[in-house]
Amino acid sequence: MSKQVILAAHFPGVNNTTVWSDPASGSQIDFASFVHLAQTAERGKFDFFFLAEGLRLREQRGKIHDLDVVGRPNTLVVLAALAGVTTHLGLAGTLNATFNEPYELARQLASLDHLCGGRAAWNVVTSSDAFTGANFRRGGYLDHADRYRRAEEFLRLARTLWESWADGDVVANQSDGVFLARADAGAFVHSGVQFQVEGRFTTPRSPQVHPVILQAGDSDAGREFAAASADVVFSRHSTFEDGQAAYRDVKGRLARYGRRPEDLKILPGATFVLGDTPGEAVERAHHIRRQQVSPQTAILLLEQVWNRDLSGYDPDGPLPSVDPDVSGPSIIQGRASMFPDPLGTAARWRALAEEKKLSIRDLIIEVTGRQSFIGTPEQVASEINRFVQEDASDGFILVPHLTPGGLDEFVDRVVPLLQERGVFRTEYTGATLREHLGLGPARVWPTPAWATQPEQPVASGVTA
Amino acid sequence: MTQLHLAVALDGAGWHPAAWREPTARPADLFTPAYWIDLAQEAEHGLLDFVTIEDSLTLQSVRYDGHDERTDQVRGRLDAVLIASRVAPHTRHIGLVPTATTTHTEPFHVSTALATLDYVSLGRGGWRVQVGRPHEAPHFGRRPLPALDLADLSSPHNQAVLHELFGEAADAIEVVRRLWDSWEDDAVIRDVTTGRFVDRDRLHYIDFKGRHFSVKGPSIVPRPPQGQLPVAVLAHSRIPYELAARGADVVSVTPTDRDDARRIVAEVREAERAVGRTGAPLQVWADLVVFLDGEQDRAADRKASLDRKAFDREAGATLTSDAAIVVGTPEELAIQLLDWHAAGIDGFRLRPGVLPHDLRRITSGLVPLLQQAGAFRTRYEASTLRGLLGLPAAPNRYQTARPQTVAA
Repeated sequence: MSKQVILAAHFPGVNNTTVWSDPASGSQIDFASFVHLAQTAERGKFDFFFLAEGLRLREQRGKIHDLDVVGRPNTLVVLAALAGVTTHLGLAGTLNATFNEPYELARQLASLDHLCGGRAAWNVVTSSDAFTGANFRRGGYLDHADRYRRAEEFLRLARTLWESWADGDVVANQSDGVFLARADAGAFVHSGVQFQVEGRFTTPRSPQVHPVILQAGDSDAGREFAAASADVVFSRHSTFEDGQAAYRDVKGRLARYGRRPEDLKILPGATFVLGDTPGEAVERAHHIRRQQVSPQTAILLLEQVWNRDLSGYDPDGPLPSVDPDVSGPSIIQGRASMFPDPLGTAARWRALAEEKKLSIRDLIIEVTGRQSFIGTPEQVASEINRFVQEDASDGFILVPHLTPGGLDEFVDRVVPLLQERGVFRTEYTGATLREHLGLGPARVWPTPAWATQPEQPVASGVTA
Repeated sequence: MTQLHLAVALDGAGWHPAAWREPTARPADLFTPAYWIDLAQEAEHGLLDFVTIEDSLTLQSVRYDGHDERTDQVRGRLDAVLIASRVAPHTRHIGLVPTATTTHTEPFHVSTALATLDYVSLGRGGWRVQVGRPHEAPHFGRRPLPALDLADLSSPHNQAVLHELFGEAADAIEVVRRLWDSWEDDAVIRDVTTGRFVDRDRLHYIDFKGRHFSVKGPSIVPRPPQGQLPVAVLAHSRIPYELAARGADVVSVTPTDRDDARRIVAEVREAERAVGRTGAPLQVWADLVVFLDGEQDRAADRKASLDRKAFDREAGATLTSDAAIVVGTPEELAIQLLDWHAAGIDGFRLRPGVLPHDLRRITSGLVPLLQQAGAFRTRYEASTLRGLLGLPAAPNRYQTARPQTVAA
């Protein structure tokens, strides 16, 4: 049998990939929007639904960012409700290991896994910024370099808690009056660098024991964390060749943790545009790009490179002749900069704009966020399948540009083609998300050495 | 006759420690969604205002300040807010009021979780506020919690502990409520001309600074459908009465009889004056543990049998209760409720001794009697929990008058 494609549906995020100005754009917060996307994904036999999270509204130049969709639900609560309107679809949520405590988050995830019959997944992210910390008890207490150590220990402790109840601990025998098989069900002790906790966990073992663990990001430290501890890597989409290289790199790290290549799935985030003809798809893609990059958004994205107030510039005019401000503090908060080398980026952009006679807005459309898959359903299905069969990925987390109907067309037109090729399920065969993904039963991994050696430098990298 | 309000408190297999052994109980289902959906639907069938769902960040224990070693009682819980959310799509009218504690949790997460519950239930969410127990502290490892000395609740030590815990709870309620208001209802403008999705002047920093936490805001969740979710507090003494008077909509109290009910209502009103409460007065509800059966003595026999079962493996497991225990027929209970209602109690949160048995006696026995007396609704008259409780629309504390021309 051919390698099977894994597909997930990302609820449109709070960034300019999500188009809100289109007449077909619906509410970003009403439950009906979540129901629509989740049920569409389940109709298409997708593996899971995915929710991102951000714990403070983004700001630029000290003001709340107002050009993109903003406002979203609490991750766990909306997933628990979606469990009631779906039957097989996995339910994956991004939850922060910095601004939660393991006992509480582990019981919430175990509860979710019970409430959805073993379909829960957790995308483990960390952050260290004091900006987000301003909404939480402990503030921005964590050193940037310690984020993965925190995440690793958090996850290890969470697994201890999930395993603290054994199968069969709940007996509930009414006639002889034995409810618990042992008096210390749920007992745990953990003594680490980040956490020193003990007591008894409240929640009996859940169907998957451990929810499926996702790790998002492409940094070296992120990949190592994933190789040691995750079931799925949510990576950035790239070219076919770069995808193959990343795939080899990540899968190559698994052996040192005693894991097989198939134990960790690699799923890049991907966008798509369909058309009846290749030409129509290209045209639609360009139209969507113009919607995604409004005149105001073009200036704002330019400001993120220039690190200056460029509100006086005409988006339909030429790029600024002044250079980026590399000495001042970053003007954006609540989101990592996408452009680490501002002077070099500015030089490249100026050259490109000169050569192609591009305005600011045209230039931004040209250099940012081209859709991952553009073409007829046949072309898109082929391309997705090529990535998977030739090990540039194990599948994709698809990010529609419209809420809530942005996945409809994909499910109606692309999924049947993948099914015809025999590379995508026509019915769910398993009950749990672990089964959908072809992962074995949950098991405990050994603690990676770097997690307990504070002197070893860990590369930086992941953003929510 | 004014209408009284009615809710049920859901907890495990019921409030009797041996409830799970009653033949109709479903102890093997306690950790399945179907169990909670069935209970909430049964309560909705009885037109109740809301269900509460108990929770704690500790395993159940017969001890106040530590875990026990018992194996003969229900142990284990799912997160109550997530249960409520799971139940929401399967119910249409009834309020869903989970417990969320305030001692170790993040007020920011509590606020977004409950706001989201309100979205997924289309305006039926509420919050039962609870402070933590001492043996939660080692689960978090952040700070020790002083324990109450149960021998003398009025000792200076205990008063200090209560002030500490309830003071933090009051701060948590304040933060949660400010965050709910931190988006004005019309903050999303989708103004294509200016390229703005949201009017940031209608988003507000809450800038709360307190002893245990400071929270900047605004929320990541837009203002919930009800604006402000109803907040309920269970209270047994003056300090928690004042907490309720500061931040809650409903206070649940535990009178022993009609005169006690009258006395407590007066004390709650005094607490309201002491803290300078403005707006609608607190609704004062009474908690009662109930064992109900159609025929005389049947409930008493059933409870006696449960009491024996509670002892048959290990001693010391009798039903102890802060709230009065009613054992009898729905008729007897109806008479008592009407009597207490006349004494100033607005509503009743009934704790079924056994689930689903005593819940069914409430919905199919008690409710029709109250309806016949003209004291309880005969259909759901509102689509939100605030509406069912008769609470006025919640104004937004941050809303300012602005010219109509700005509106999209």
